[in-house]
Amino acid sequence: MRLINRRPGNGARLALAFLPFAAVLAAYAAGSAARLADNANDKLLPGFASFAQAINRMAFVADPRTGDYILWADTWASLIRLFSGLGISTAIALLLGLVIGMFPYIRALLSPFVGAISMVPPLALLPILFIVMGLGESSKITLIVIGVAPIMIRDLALRAMELPREQIIKAETLGGSSWQIALRVVLPQILPRLITTLRLQLGPAFLFLIAAEAISSDSGLGYRIFLVRRYLSMDVIFPYVAWITLIAVLTDYLLDRLRIALFPWSNLEAH
Amino acid sequence: MSGIVIDNVWKEYGDQIVLENVSLTIEPRGFVALVGPSGCGKSTFLRMLLGQERPTRGAILLDGQPLPPEPGPDRGVVFQRYSVFPHLTVLGNVMLGKELTKARISARLFGAARRQAREEAEAMIAAVGLSGSESKYPAQLSGGMQQRLALAQALMMKPKVLLLDEPFGALDPGIRAEIHQLMKKLWHENPMTVVMVTHDMREAFTLASRVVAFERPRDRPEEKLRYGATITKDISIWPPRQAGTPSIFRPDRDGPVTTDGLHRDDPAHRR
Repeated sequence: MRLINRRPGNGARLALAFLPFAAVLAAYAAGSAARLADNANDKLLPGFASFAQAINRMAFVADPRTGDYILWADTWASLIRLFSGLGISTAIALLLGLVIGMFPYIRALLSPFVGAISMVPPLALLPILFIVMGLGESSKITLIVIGVAPIMIRDLALRAMELPREQIIKAETLGGSSWQIALRVVLPQILPRLITTLRLQLGPAFLFLIAAEAISSDSGLGYRIFLVRRYLSMDVIFPYVAWITLIAVLTDYLLDRLRIALFPWSNLEAH
Repeated sequence: MSGIVIDNVWKEYGDQIVLENVSLTIEPRGFVALVGPSGCGKSTFLRMLLGQERPTRGAILLDGQPLPPEPGPDRGVVFQRYSVFPHLTVLGNVMLGKELTKARISARLFGAARRQAREEAEAMIAAVGLSGSESKYPAQLSGGMQQRLALAQALMMKPKVLLLDEPFGALDPGIRAEIHQLMKKLWHENPMTVVMVTHDMREAFTLASRVVAFERPRDRPEEKLRYGATITKDISIWPPRQAGTPSIFRPDRDGPVTTDGLHRDDPAHRR
């Protein structure tokens, strides 16, 4: 049988999915063991025992100086920034994407502008944001918004323009005004795409968050990683990176479930 | 009532003349089939009746009034594809017209108004033979059922004119024959004029009271740009078919028909 026609069963699929993860872990364990055998105090590839210790220290033992559980305090601080930024971007993208996609006049007005803005490298704006807005939360949230909103606007506008012309005409023959067509025909059909585009922007949003935290902050996941970097604390950095990845993967998965739960029809068309 | 007068209409796109010198008077409650080779402008002609496009020269009058420059609730339409809204259930699709005309701001009905619209919609769904599928999404319906749904949705508006753009072209022959019966019944029962574009001669002569052929009288390559298509044949079906009255000659074939029971493409068969 040709390879293109052979499909794994459920068990095989699960095993295959685990394989690369297991391979990375095994490679790490081997490398770490080799280095530790040479030098028991090696800091570059710490063993899993040191990870467990570090995780315990960061997550389950209160910091003697502040009384905080550092991992959770960092996570809380970062997630507030991340989700504020994403929330604001989502609201802006939904509104602007809808009107740019639907109304030719607004498209003529805003589409080239948004296109140009989306090409500005957000990290190049970071110094400006810090100078203008100070080093507090607002500059970090603004960086995330500037980084992800233009792409989301363009994506949603494209989705709105992709709607078959026939649907809009049909809605007109059903007596719909522009407002009603926006509300009942276009908006509900771009909402599933909004969730998908949000999922795709999670990665960039985390990038901007950590960049901002690395430069100026006193808490947050990115702040911690760049703080302990000075002491070569790989035993803290690796778990933090894994934790950030886990949060992103989980958010991605939950957003997709949310889309299917809220818009069951959006999953029917694929078949 | 609902007569259409097309007076010396031309349609040009830049240098390209698509239609020239088209004049046609459609009697109230007529059923006109437009036939002709691909690219002869019959769909363009239908779009002009719809208000989606405007004639370059000439006038189109509906009930003696010039046609509004955009689609409206007096003219219903069913396209070959994309005629129904994928994000609404069958019931939601059929109720949409009522909701758009009655609730100008929210475009949604509540309470007693909603119940009344729902009852009307359910009656219409039953009339096109979709009872039992009210809560399904279009993607869960077969092609024939989607077109029945599109008809129900359009007829809820009680349009003066129903425009059909190759509505049954994508259906297989058995299903097409059934939906022809339905179409005939709907024409007999609803006070509307029907204009249908079709490729299928058999369909044209089975359904229509009058068959109008579009053709390019000059079709040599060097003439294509500067000479458009026009009406070359205008055939009234004999024995005459009249909406609402059984034919004296073939009441079984041409009279108002009643159909009930399961259709060939009813998903109940699949269970």
